[in-house]
Amino acid sequence: MPNITFIHPDGRAQNVDAALGDSAMSAAMRAGIDEIIAECGGSAVCATCHVYVDDDWLARVGDVSGDEDELLEGVATDRLPSSRLSCQIRITEALDGLVLRLPERQI
Amino acid sequence: MVALTYPNTAPDVPVLAFDTQAADDGIPRIPTLDVDPFALDFFADPHPTHEVLREAGPVVYLHKWNVYAVARYAEVHAVLNDPVTFCSSRGVGLSDFAKEKPWRPPSLILEADPPAHARTRAVLSKVLSPAVMKTLRDGFVAAADAKVDELLEQRSFDAIADLAEAYPLSVFPDAMGLQKEGRENLMPYAGLVFNAFGPPNDLRQNAIARSAPHQAYVQAQCQRENLAPGGFGACIHARADTGDITHDEAPLLVRSLLSAGLDTTVNGIGAAVYCLARYPEEFARLRADVSLARNAFEEAVRYESPVQTFFRTTTRAVEISGHRVGEGEKVLMFLGAANRDPRRWDDPARYDITRKTSGHVGFGSGIHMCVGQLVARLEGEAMLSALARKVKTIAISGEITRRYNNTLRGLESLPVTFTPA
Repeated sequence: MPNITFIHPDGRAQNVDAALGDSAMSAAMRAGIDEIIAECGGSAVCATCHVYVDDDWLARVGDVSGDEDELLEGVATDRLPSSRLSCQIRITEALDGLVLRLPERQI
Repeated sequence: MVALTYPNTAPDVPVLAFDTQAADDGIPRIPTLDVDPFALDFFADPHPTHEVLREAGPVVYLHKWNVYAVARYAEVHAVLNDPVTFCSSRGVGLSDFAKEKPWRPPSLILEADPPAHARTRAVLSKVLSPAVMKTLRDGFVAAADAKVDELLEQRSFDAIADLAEAYPLSVFPDAMGLQKEGRENLMPYAGLVFNAFGPPNDLRQNAIARSAPHQAYVQAQCQRENLAPGGFGACIHARADTGDITHDEAPLLVRSLLSAGLDTTVNGIGAAVYCLARYPEEFARLRADVSLARNAFEEAVRYESPVQTFFRTTTRAVEISGHRVGEGEKVLMFLGAANRDPRRWDDPARYDITRKTSGHVGFGSGIHMCVGQLVARLEGEAMLSALARKVKTIAISGEITRRYNNTLRGLESLPVTFTPA
Protein backbone atom coordinates (compact mmCIF):
# COMPACT_ATOMS: atom_id res chain seq x y z
CA MET A 1 0.00 0.00 0.00
CA PRO A 2 1.60 3.32 -1.06
CA ASN A 3 2.46 5.80 1.67
CA ILE A 4 1.91 9.55 1.46
CA THR A 5 3.45 12.17 3.72
CA PHE A 6 1.34 15.22 4.48
CA ILE A 7 3.24 18.17 5.95
CA HIS A 8 1.08 20.34 8.18
CA PRO A 9 1.46 24.16 8.09
CA ASP A 10 3.45 23.96 11.36
CA GLY A 11 6.00 21.67 9.70
CA ARG A 12 4.80 18.46 11.34
CA ALA A 13 4.96 15.46 8.98
CA GLN A 14 2.19 12.82 9.00
CA ASN A 15 2.47 9.52 7.15
CA VAL A 16 -0.72 8.08 5.72
CA ASP A 17 -1.46 4.79 3.94
CA ALA A 18 -3.27 5.25 0.65
CA ALA A 19 -5.08 2.55 -1.30
CA LEU A 20 -4.23 2.12 -4.97
CA GLY A 21 -6.73 3.96 -7.15
CA ASP A 22 -7.77 6.15 -4.26
CA SER A 23 -7.35 9.92 -4.41
CA ALA A 24 -4.88 11.73 -2.17
CA MET A 25 -7.92 13.62 -0.80
CA SER A 26 -9.67 10.38 0.26
CA ALA A 27 -6.49 9.14 1.95
CA ALA A 28 -6.27 12.41 3.88
CA MET A 29 -9.95 12.28 4.90
CA ARG A 30 -9.60 8.70 6.11
CA ALA A 31 -6.59 9.69 8.19
CA GLY A 32 -8.50 12.60 9.72
CA ILE A 33 -6.29 15.34 8.33
CA ASP A 34 -8.25 18.46 9.25
CA GLU A 35 -6.59 20.79 6.75
CA ILE A 36 -8.35 18.96 3.91
CA ILE A 37 -12.04 19.91 3.92
CA ALA A 38 -13.27 18.53 0.57
CA GLU A 39 -16.69 20.14 0.73
CA CYS A 40 -17.75 18.58 -2.56
CA GLY A 41 -16.53 15.11 -1.62
CA GLY A 42 -14.29 14.76 -4.67
CA SER A 43 -16.64 15.94 -7.42
CA ALA A 44 -14.19 18.69 -8.51
CA VAL A 45 -16.41 21.65 -7.66
CA CYS A 46 -15.16 23.33 -4.52
CA ALA A 47 -11.34 23.73 -4.38
CA THR A 48 -11.19 22.97 -0.63
CA CYS A 49 -8.71 20.06 -0.88
CA HIS A 50 -5.83 22.23 -2.10
CA VAL A 51 -2.27 20.96 -1.53
CA TYR A 52 1.24 22.00 -2.58
CA VAL A 53 3.08 19.10 -4.19
CA ASP A 54 6.72 18.72 -3.12
CA ASP A 55 9.02 19.78 -5.98
CA ASP A 56 10.56 16.31 -6.28
CA TRP A 57 7.12 14.84 -7.01
CA LEU A 58 5.52 17.51 -9.14
CA ALA A 59 6.32 15.91 -12.50
CA ARG A 60 5.07 12.53 -11.32
CA VAL A 61 1.56 13.46 -10.12
CA GLY A 62 0.35 14.13 -13.67
CA ASP A 63 -1.04 17.12 -15.49
CA VAL A 64 -3.62 19.65 -14.34
CA SER A 65 -6.84 19.37 -16.37
CA GLY A 66 -8.62 22.46 -17.67
CA ASP A 67 -11.35 22.14 -15.06
CA GLU A 68 -8.87 21.79 -12.22
CA ASP A 69 -6.88 24.75 -13.54
CA GLU A 70 -10.02 26.90 -13.35
CA LEU A 71 -10.76 25.76 -9.78
CA LEU A 72 -7.19 26.40 -8.65
CA GLU A 73 -7.70 30.07 -9.55
CA GLY A 74 -10.06 30.26 -6.58
CA VAL A 75 -8.04 28.56 -3.83
CA ALA A 76 -7.96 30.38 -0.48
CA THR A 77 -4.17 30.63 -0.12
CA ASP A 78 -1.67 31.61 -2.85
CA ARG A 79 -1.78 29.53 -6.00
CA LEU A 80 1.77 28.33 -6.71
CA PRO A 81 3.15 26.26 -9.60
CA SER A 82 3.01 23.28 -7.21
CA SER A 83 -0.71 23.80 -6.38
CA ARG A 84 -3.02 20.85 -6.99
CA LEU A 85 -6.43 19.66 -5.84
CA SER A 86 -5.77 16.47 -3.91
CA CYS A 87 -9.04 14.90 -5.16
CA GLN A 88 -7.49 14.91 -8.64
CA ILE A 89 -4.28 13.07 -7.63
CA ARG A 90 -4.85 9.35 -8.21
CA ILE A 91 -2.63 7.09 -6.10
CA THR A 92 -0.45 4.60 -8.02
CA GLU A 93 2.56 2.49 -7.00
CA ALA A 94 4.73 5.16 -8.60
CA LEU A 95 3.48 7.67 -6.03
CA ASP A 96 4.67 5.65 -3.01
CA GLY A 97 6.48 8.21 -0.85
CA LEU A 98 4.60 11.24 -2.27
CA VAL A 99 5.02 14.41 -0.19
CA LEU A 100 2.16 16.96 -0.06
CA ARG A 101 2.24 20.23 1.89
CA LEU A 102 -1.01 21.44 3.45
CA PRO A 103 -2.07 25.12 3.16
CA GLU A 104 -3.00 27.29 6.14
CA ARG A 105 -6.65 27.39 5.10
CA GLN A 106 -9.08 26.18 2.43
CA ILE A 107 -11.88 28.79 2.62
CA MET B 1 -42.89 -14.45 2.84
CA VAL B 2 -40.56 -13.74 5.71
CA ALA B 3 -41.59 -11.49 8.55
CA LEU B 4 -39.58 -8.31 8.73
CA THR B 5 -38.93 -6.80 12.14
CA TYR B 6 -38.73 -3.06 12.11
CA PRO B 7 -37.15 -0.84 14.77
CA ASN B 8 -39.59 0.59 17.30
CA THR B 9 -39.78 4.00 15.69
CA ALA B 10 -40.71 2.70 12.28
CA PRO B 11 -44.32 2.88 11.09
CA ASP B 12 -46.21 -0.20 10.07
CA VAL B 13 -45.52 -0.31 6.34
CA PRO B 14 -46.99 -3.33 4.61
CA VAL B 15 -44.37 -5.28 2.74
CA LEU B 16 -46.26 -6.56 -0.27
CA ALA B 17 -43.68 -9.12 -1.25
CA PHE B 18 -40.48 -9.88 0.48
CA ASP B 19 -38.22 -12.85 0.53
CA THR B 20 -34.76 -12.98 2.01
CA GLN B 21 -34.10 -16.25 0.21
CA ALA B 22 -32.63 -16.00 -3.26
CA ALA B 23 -34.74 -17.45 -6.06
CA ASP B 24 -33.61 -20.57 -7.88
CA ASP B 25 -31.38 -18.51 -10.16
CA GLY B 26 -29.44 -17.26 -7.13
CA ILE B 27 -30.47 -13.63 -7.65
CA PRO B 28 -31.89 -12.13 -4.44
CA ARG B 29 -35.46 -10.84 -4.61
CA ILE B 30 -36.13 -7.15 -4.27
CA PRO B 31 -38.67 -6.25 -1.57
CA THR B 32 -41.81 -4.44 -2.75
CA LEU B 33 -43.04 -1.77 -0.35
CA ASP B 34 -46.35 0.04 -0.09
CA VAL B 35 -44.80 3.46 0.47
CA ASP B 36 -45.79 6.69 -1.31
CA PRO B 37 -42.84 9.03 -0.80
CA PHE B 38 -44.80 11.86 -2.45
CA ALA B 39 -47.75 11.83 -0.05
CA LEU B 40 -48.39 14.62 2.45
CA ASP B 41 -48.31 12.30 5.45
CA PHE B 42 -44.91 11.04 4.31
CA PHE B 43 -43.59 14.61 4.00
CA ALA B 44 -44.82 15.41 7.51
CA ASP B 45 -42.21 13.04 8.97
CA PRO B 46 -40.20 11.06 6.40
CA HIS B 47 -37.54 9.73 8.77
CA PRO B 48 -39.28 6.61 10.13
CA THR B 49 -40.22 5.54 6.60
CA HIS B 50 -36.68 6.32 5.39
CA GLU B 51 -35.53 3.83 7.99
CA VAL B 52 -37.94 1.21 6.68
CA LEU B 53 -36.70 1.80 3.13
CA ARG B 54 -33.03 1.53 4.20
CA GLU B 55 -33.54 -1.58 6.28
CA ALA B 56 -35.72 -3.45 3.77
CA GLY B 57 -32.74 -3.93 1.45
CA PRO B 58 -30.15 -2.19 -0.72
CA VAL B 59 -32.78 -1.83 -3.47
CA VAL B 60 -36.55 -1.77 -3.02
CA TYR B 61 -39.50 -1.55 -5.40
CA LEU B 62 -42.24 0.99 -4.77
CA HIS B 63 -45.48 -0.48 -5.99
CA LYS B 64 -47.38 2.84 -5.84
CA TRP B 65 -45.35 4.43 -8.67
CA ASN B 66 -43.68 1.33 -10.19
CA VAL B 67 -40.13 2.47 -9.52
CA TYR B 68 -37.05 1.00 -7.95
CA ALA B 69 -35.52 2.96 -5.11
CA VAL B 70 -32.28 3.18 -3.14
CA ALA B 71 -32.12 4.72 0.34
CA ARG B 72 -28.78 3.55 1.75
CA TYR B 73 -25.75 5.80 1.41
CA ALA B 74 -23.56 3.35 -0.52
CA GLU B 75 -26.16 2.65 -3.19
CA VAL B 76 -27.26 6.29 -3.54
CA HIS B 77 -23.63 7.34 -3.92
CA ALA B 78 -22.95 4.56 -6.43
CA VAL B 79 -25.97 5.46 -8.59
CA LEU B 80 -25.03 9.15 -8.55
CA ASN B 81 -21.50 8.29 -9.66
CA ASP B 82 -22.41 6.03 -12.60
CA PRO B 83 -24.11 8.46 -15.00
CA VAL B 84 -23.60 6.15 -18.00
CA THR B 85 -25.70 3.35 -16.49
CA PHE B 86 -28.06 5.65 -14.57
CA CYS B 87 -28.83 8.38 -17.05
CA SER B 88 -30.39 11.81 -16.58
CA SER B 89 -31.45 12.49 -20.18
CA ARG B 90 -34.70 10.52 -19.67
CA GLY B 91 -35.58 12.96 -16.89
CA VAL B 92 -34.56 13.20 -13.25
CA GLY B 93 -38.18 13.05 -12.10
CA LEU B 94 -40.67 10.20 -12.35
CA SER B 95 -41.65 11.07 -15.92
CA ASP B 96 -39.64 9.08 -18.50
CA PHE B 97 -38.81 11.42 -21.38
CA ALA B 98 -38.50 8.37 -23.65
CA LYS B 99 -42.21 7.73 -23.11
CA GLU B 100 -43.74 11.09 -22.17
CA LYS B 101 -43.33 14.62 -23.48
CA PRO B 102 -41.50 16.71 -20.84
CA TRP B 103 -43.58 19.53 -19.33
CA ARG B 104 -40.93 22.03 -20.48
CA PRO B 105 -37.95 21.80 -22.87
CA PRO B 106 -35.40 19.64 -21.02
CA SER B 107 -32.52 21.25 -19.16
CA LEU B 108 -29.23 21.26 -21.08
CA ILE B 109 -27.30 20.33 -17.94
CA LEU B 110 -29.53 18.62 -15.35
CA GLU B 111 -31.28 16.44 -17.92
CA ALA B 112 -28.21 15.75 -20.11
CA ASP B 113 -25.70 12.88 -20.19
CA PRO B 114 -22.02 12.62 -21.04
CA PRO B 115 -20.48 13.63 -23.33
CA ALA B 116 -22.92 16.49 -24.14
CA HIS B 117 -23.25 17.35 -20.46
CA ALA B 118 -19.56 18.22 -20.04
CA ARG B 119 -19.75 21.26 -22.34
CA THR B 120 -22.70 22.97 -20.66
CA ARG B 121 -21.52 21.98 -17.21
CA ALA B 122 -18.12 23.60 -17.86
CA VAL B 123 -19.84 26.89 -18.67
CA LEU B 124 -21.86 27.05 -15.46
CA SER B 125 -18.86 25.82 -13.42
CA LYS B 126 -16.84 28.76 -14.69
CA VAL B 127 -19.64 31.27 -14.07
CA LEU B 128 -20.01 29.99 -10.46
CA SER B 129 -16.36 29.17 -9.75
CA PRO B 130 -14.46 29.56 -6.46
CA ALA B 131 -12.70 32.59 -7.97
CA VAL B 132 -16.06 34.27 -8.70
CA MET B 133 -17.21 33.56 -5.13
CA LYS B 134 -14.29 35.60 -3.79
CA THR B 135 -15.66 38.65 -5.62
CA LEU B 136 -19.13 38.15 -4.14
CA ARG B 137 -18.16 37.40 -0.56
CA ASP B 138 -18.00 40.92 0.90
CA GLY B 139 -21.37 41.91 -0.56
CA PHE B 140 -23.09 38.73 0.63
CA VAL B 141 -21.64 39.14 4.14
CA ALA B 142 -22.71 42.80 4.35
CA ALA B 143 -26.24 41.91 3.22
CA ALA B 144 -26.52 39.14 5.83
CA ASP B 145 -25.30 41.48 8.58
CA ALA B 146 -27.82 44.13 7.52
CA LYS B 147 -30.65 41.57 7.43
CA VAL B 148 -29.89 40.29 10.93
CA ASP B 149 -29.65 43.87 12.27
CA GLU B 150 -33.07 44.58 10.80
CA LEU B 151 -34.55 41.41 12.32
CA LEU B 152 -33.10 42.25 15.74
CA GLU B 153 -35.13 45.47 15.58
CA GLN B 154 -38.28 43.41 15.01
CA ARG B 155 -37.32 40.80 17.65
CA SER B 156 -40.19 38.44 16.71
CA PHE B 157 -40.79 37.47 13.07
CA ASP B 158 -41.20 34.53 10.69
CA ALA B 159 -37.78 32.99 10.08
CA ILE B 160 -38.96 31.59 6.73
CA ALA B 161 -40.50 34.63 5.03
CA ASP B 162 -38.44 37.30 6.78
CA LEU B 163 -35.07 35.53 6.89
CA ALA B 164 -34.74 32.31 4.85
CA GLU B 165 -36.55 33.86 1.88
CA ALA B 166 -35.72 37.51 2.38
CA TYR B 167 -31.94 37.09 2.56
CA PRO B 168 -31.43 35.04 -0.64
CA LEU B 169 -33.92 37.36 -2.38
CA SER B 170 -31.73 40.29 -1.32
CA VAL B 171 -28.56 38.87 -2.93
CA PHE B 172 -29.25 36.18 -5.55
CA PRO B 173 -31.46 38.03 -8.08
CA ASP B 174 -28.97 40.91 -8.16
CA ALA B 175 -26.04 38.50 -8.53
CA MET B 176 -27.94 36.99 -11.48
CA GLY B 177 -28.50 40.47 -12.95
CA LEU B 178 -32.28 40.15 -13.00
CA GLN B 179 -34.65 43.03 -13.65
CA LYS B 180 -36.40 44.46 -10.58
CA GLU B 181 -39.85 43.75 -12.00
CA GLY B 182 -41.36 40.29 -11.82
CA ARG B 183 -39.12 38.76 -9.16
CA GLU B 184 -42.22 37.57 -7.31
CA ASN B 185 -42.37 34.83 -9.97
CA LEU B 186 -39.05 33.29 -8.91
CA MET B 187 -40.22 31.30 -5.91
CA PRO B 188 -43.41 29.96 -7.57
CA TYR B 189 -41.40 28.97 -10.65
CA ALA B 190 -38.85 27.06 -8.57
CA GLY B 191 -41.64 25.41 -6.57
CA LEU B 192 -43.17 24.32 -9.88
CA VAL B 193 -39.89 22.88 -11.19
CA PHE B 194 -39.32 20.80 -8.06
CA ASN B 195 -42.96 19.67 -7.83
CA ALA B 196 -42.78 18.59 -11.46
CA PHE B 197 -40.08 15.99 -10.67
CA GLY B 198 -42.71 14.14 -8.68
CA PRO B 199 -45.54 11.88 -9.81
CA PRO B 200 -48.79 13.20 -11.30
CA ASN B 201 -50.29 13.96 -7.88
CA ASP B 202 -52.16 17.11 -6.84
CA LEU B 203 -48.93 18.95 -6.01
CA ARG B 204 -47.59 18.46 -9.52
CA GLN B 205 -50.84 18.94 -11.42
CA ASN B 206 -51.81 22.11 -9.54
CA ALA B 207 -48.34 23.61 -9.96
CA ILE B 208 -48.36 22.99 -13.71
CA ALA B 209 -51.94 24.27 -14.05
CA ARG B 210 -50.91 27.61 -12.54
CA SER B 211 -47.55 27.83 -14.27
CA ALA B 212 -48.20 29.95 -17.36
CA PRO B 213 -47.35 33.41 -15.95
CA HIS B 214 -44.27 32.11 -14.13
CA GLN B 215 -43.01 30.34 -17.24
CA ALA B 216 -43.57 33.47 -19.33
CA TYR B 217 -41.61 35.57 -16.83
CA VAL B 218 -38.68 33.13 -16.73
CA GLN B 219 -38.52 32.79 -20.49
CA ALA B 220 -38.30 36.57 -20.90
CA GLN B 221 -35.86 36.97 -18.03
CA CYS B 222 -33.46 34.45 -19.61
CA GLN B 223 -32.96 36.65 -22.69
CA ARG B 224 -29.71 38.56 -22.95
CA GLU B 225 -31.28 42.04 -23.19
CA ASN B 226 -33.02 41.50 -19.83
CA LEU B 227 -29.87 40.57 -17.87
CA ALA B 228 -27.65 43.25 -16.31
CA PRO B 229 -23.95 43.33 -17.25
CA GLY B 230 -21.63 41.52 -14.83
CA GLY B 231 -24.28 39.16 -13.44
CA PHE B 232 -24.28 35.37 -13.74
CA GLY B 233 -26.85 35.62 -16.56
CA ALA B 234 -24.75 37.98 -18.67
CA CYS B 235 -21.67 35.85 -18.02
CA ILE B 236 -23.49 32.80 -19.42
CA HIS B 237 -24.47 34.72 -22.56
CA ALA B 238 -20.86 35.91 -22.93
CA ARG B 239 -19.83 32.25 -23.24
CA ALA B 240 -21.92 32.09 -26.42
CA ASP B 241 -19.71 34.83 -27.90
CA THR B 242 -16.61 32.71 -27.30
CA GLY B 243 -18.24 29.66 -28.89
CA ASP B 244 -18.41 27.51 -25.74
CA ILE B 245 -22.20 27.31 -26.22
CA THR B 246 -24.58 28.55 -28.90
CA HIS B 247 -26.69 31.68 -28.59
CA ASP B 248 -29.77 29.44 -28.51
CA GLU B 249 -28.40 27.47 -25.57
CA ALA B 250 -27.55 30.44 -23.36
CA PRO B 251 -31.13 31.29 -22.28
CA LEU B 252 -31.75 27.66 -21.27
CA LEU B 253 -28.63 27.66 -19.10
CA VAL B 254 -29.78 30.90 -17.45
CA ARG B 255 -33.07 29.08 -16.83
CA SER B 256 -31.17 26.39 -14.90
CA LEU B 257 -29.91 28.97 -12.42
CA LEU B 258 -33.36 30.54 -12.09
CA SER B 259 -34.85 27.08 -11.49
CA ALA B 260 -32.37 25.81 -8.93
CA GLY B 261 -30.64 28.86 -7.49
CA LEU B 262 -33.16 30.33 -5.09
CA ASP B 263 -35.71 27.95 -3.56
CA THR B 264 -32.91 25.51 -2.71
CA THR B 265 -30.94 28.07 -0.72
CA VAL B 266 -34.14 29.31 0.91
CA ASN B 267 -34.76 25.78 2.17
CA GLY B 268 -31.10 25.31 3.12
CA ILE B 269 -30.99 28.48 5.19
CA GLY B 270 -34.43 27.70 6.61
CA ALA B 271 -33.14 24.25 7.62
CA ALA B 272 -30.10 25.78 9.32
CA VAL B 273 -32.13 28.30 11.33
CA TYR B 274 -34.61 25.57 12.27
CA CYS B 275 -31.70 23.40 13.50
CA LEU B 276 -30.13 26.22 15.51
CA ALA B 277 -33.50 27.08 17.05
CA ARG B 278 -34.15 23.44 18.01
CA TYR B 279 -30.65 22.71 19.28
CA PRO B 280 -29.61 25.75 21.37
CA GLU B 281 -26.47 23.96 22.61
CA GLU B 282 -25.26 23.82 19.01
CA PHE B 283 -26.05 27.52 18.56
CA ALA B 284 -24.01 28.20 21.71
CA ARG B 285 -21.06 26.29 20.21
CA LEU B 286 -21.41 28.32 17.03
CA ARG B 287 -21.45 31.59 18.98
CA ALA B 288 -18.29 30.48 20.81
CA ASP B 289 -16.50 29.80 17.50
CA VAL B 290 -17.91 31.72 14.53
CA SER B 291 -15.50 29.94 12.18
CA LEU B 292 -17.87 26.94 12.43
CA ALA B 293 -20.58 28.84 10.52
CA ARG B 294 -19.84 27.24 7.17
CA ASN B 295 -19.84 23.71 8.57
CA ALA B 296 -22.96 24.41 10.63
CA PHE B 297 -24.73 25.24 7.37
CA GLU B 298 -23.29 22.16 5.65
CA GLU B 299 -24.44 19.94 8.51
CA ALA B 300 -27.95 21.41 8.22
CA VAL B 301 -27.95 20.45 4.53
CA ARG B 302 -27.02 16.90 5.52
CA TYR B 303 -29.47 16.81 8.40
CA GLU B 304 -32.56 18.16 6.61
CA SER B 305 -31.58 17.47 2.98
CA PRO B 306 -33.56 20.33 1.39
CA VAL B 307 -33.49 18.42 -1.90
CA GLN B 308 -34.88 15.04 -0.84
CA THR B 309 -34.96 12.98 -4.02
CA PHE B 310 -33.96 12.64 -7.65
CA PHE B 311 -34.55 9.88 -10.20
CA ARG B 312 -32.31 8.28 -12.78
CA THR B 313 -33.21 5.85 -15.60
CA THR B 314 -31.23 2.67 -16.32
CA THR B 315 -29.63 2.51 -19.76
CA ARG B 316 -28.97 -1.25 -19.46
CA ALA B 317 -29.75 -4.17 -17.21
CA VAL B 318 -27.64 -3.66 -14.08
CA GLU B 319 -26.93 -5.26 -10.73
CA ILE B 320 -27.17 -2.98 -7.73
CA SER B 321 -25.52 -4.67 -4.73
CA GLY B 322 -26.33 -8.03 -6.30
CA HIS B 323 -29.94 -7.13 -7.11
CA ARG B 324 -30.88 -7.13 -10.77
CA VAL B 325 -32.69 -4.14 -12.29
CA GLY B 326 -33.66 -4.16 -15.98
CA GLU B 327 -33.07 -1.59 -18.70
CA GLY B 328 -35.33 1.47 -18.92
CA GLU B 329 -36.32 1.41 -15.24
CA LYS B 330 -36.69 4.51 -13.11
CA VAL B 331 -34.54 4.47 -9.96
CA LEU B 332 -35.48 6.86 -7.16
CA MET B 333 -32.61 8.05 -4.95
CA PHE B 334 -33.49 9.07 -1.38
CA LEU B 335 -30.77 11.65 -0.70
CA GLY B 336 -32.27 12.50 2.69
CA ALA B 337 -32.27 8.85 3.78
CA ALA B 338 -28.67 8.36 2.58
CA ASN B 339 -27.64 11.40 4.61
CA ARG B 340 -28.91 9.69 7.77
CA ASP B 341 -27.79 6.14 7.00
CA PRO B 342 -26.19 4.74 10.18
CA ARG B 343 -23.94 2.61 7.93
CA ARG B 344 -22.20 5.84 6.92
CA TRP B 345 -22.83 8.35 9.72
CA ASP B 346 -22.25 8.13 13.47
CA ASP B 347 -25.31 9.22 15.42
CA PRO B 348 -26.99 10.34 12.16
CA ALA B 349 -30.07 11.91 13.78
CA ARG B 350 -27.88 14.35 15.74
CA TYR B 351 -27.28 17.86 14.38
CA ASP B 352 -23.55 18.32 15.14
CA ILE B 353 -21.91 21.48 13.78
CA THR B 354 -18.42 19.98 14.10
CA ARG B 355 -19.27 16.78 12.18
CA LYS B 356 -17.03 15.92 9.22
CA THR B 357 -19.72 16.42 6.59
CA SER B 358 -17.65 15.74 3.47
CA GLY B 359 -19.32 13.09 1.35
CA HIS B 360 -22.94 13.90 2.22
CA VAL B 361 -25.23 13.80 -0.80
CA GLY B 362 -27.41 16.81 0.02
CA PHE B 363 -25.93 18.52 -3.05
CA GLY B 364 -25.74 15.21 -4.94
CA SER B 365 -22.40 13.72 -6.00
CA GLY B 366 -20.43 13.17 -9.19
CA ILE B 367 -20.84 14.98 -12.51
CA HIS B 368 -24.32 16.36 -11.71
CA MET B 369 -23.43 17.54 -8.20
CA CYS B 370 -25.06 20.93 -7.60
CA VAL B 371 -23.22 23.44 -9.77
CA GLY B 372 -24.37 26.29 -7.50
CA GLN B 373 -23.20 24.73 -4.25
CA LEU B 374 -20.59 27.43 -3.71
CA VAL B 375 -23.25 30.14 -3.89
CA ALA B 376 -25.40 28.18 -1.44
CA ARG B 377 -22.50 27.76 1.00
CA LEU B 378 -21.55 31.42 0.71
CA GLU B 379 -25.11 32.49 1.53
CA GLY B 380 -25.39 29.96 4.36
CA GLU B 381 -22.03 30.84 5.88
CA ALA B 382 -22.70 34.58 5.67
CA MET B 383 -26.10 34.25 7.37
CA LEU B 384 -24.96 31.84 10.11
CA SER B 385 -21.91 33.96 10.82
CA ALA B 386 -24.11 37.06 11.21
CA LEU B 387 -26.46 35.17 13.55
CA ALA B 388 -23.53 33.88 15.63
CA ARG B 389 -22.03 37.34 16.06
CA LYS B 390 -25.21 39.31 16.67
CA VAL B 391 -27.84 37.02 18.22
CA LYS B 392 -27.74 35.49 21.70
CA THR B 393 -30.74 33.16 21.53
CA ILE B 394 -33.20 31.97 18.89
CA ALA B 395 -36.48 30.85 20.48
CA ILE B 396 -39.32 29.21 18.58
CA SER B 397 -42.32 31.39 19.48
CA GLY B 398 -45.29 30.11 17.53
CA GLU B 399 -46.75 27.29 15.49
CA ILE B 400 -44.44 25.71 12.92
CA THR B 401 -46.01 24.70 9.62
CA ARG B 402 -44.49 22.66 6.82
CA ARG B 403 -44.41 23.54 3.11
CA TYR B 404 -45.20 20.59 0.88
CA ASN B 405 -43.31 19.96 -2.34
CA ASN B 406 -42.60 16.74 -4.23
CA THR B 407 -38.83 17.26 -4.02
CA LEU B 408 -38.02 20.08 -1.60
CA ARG B 409 -38.16 19.75 2.18
CA GLY B 410 -38.72 22.90 4.18
CA LEU B 411 -41.07 24.93 6.31
CA GLU B 412 -43.86 27.32 5.40
CA SER B 413 -43.61 29.22 8.67
CA LEU B 414 -41.17 29.28 11.59
CA PRO B 415 -42.09 31.99 14.11
CA VAL B 416 -39.03 32.90 16.21
CA THR B 417 -37.89 35.51 18.70
CA PHE B 418 -34.29 36.78 18.75
CA THR B 419 -32.45 38.01 21.82
CA PRO B 420 -29.56 40.34 20.90
CA ALA B 421 -26.01 39.37 21.86
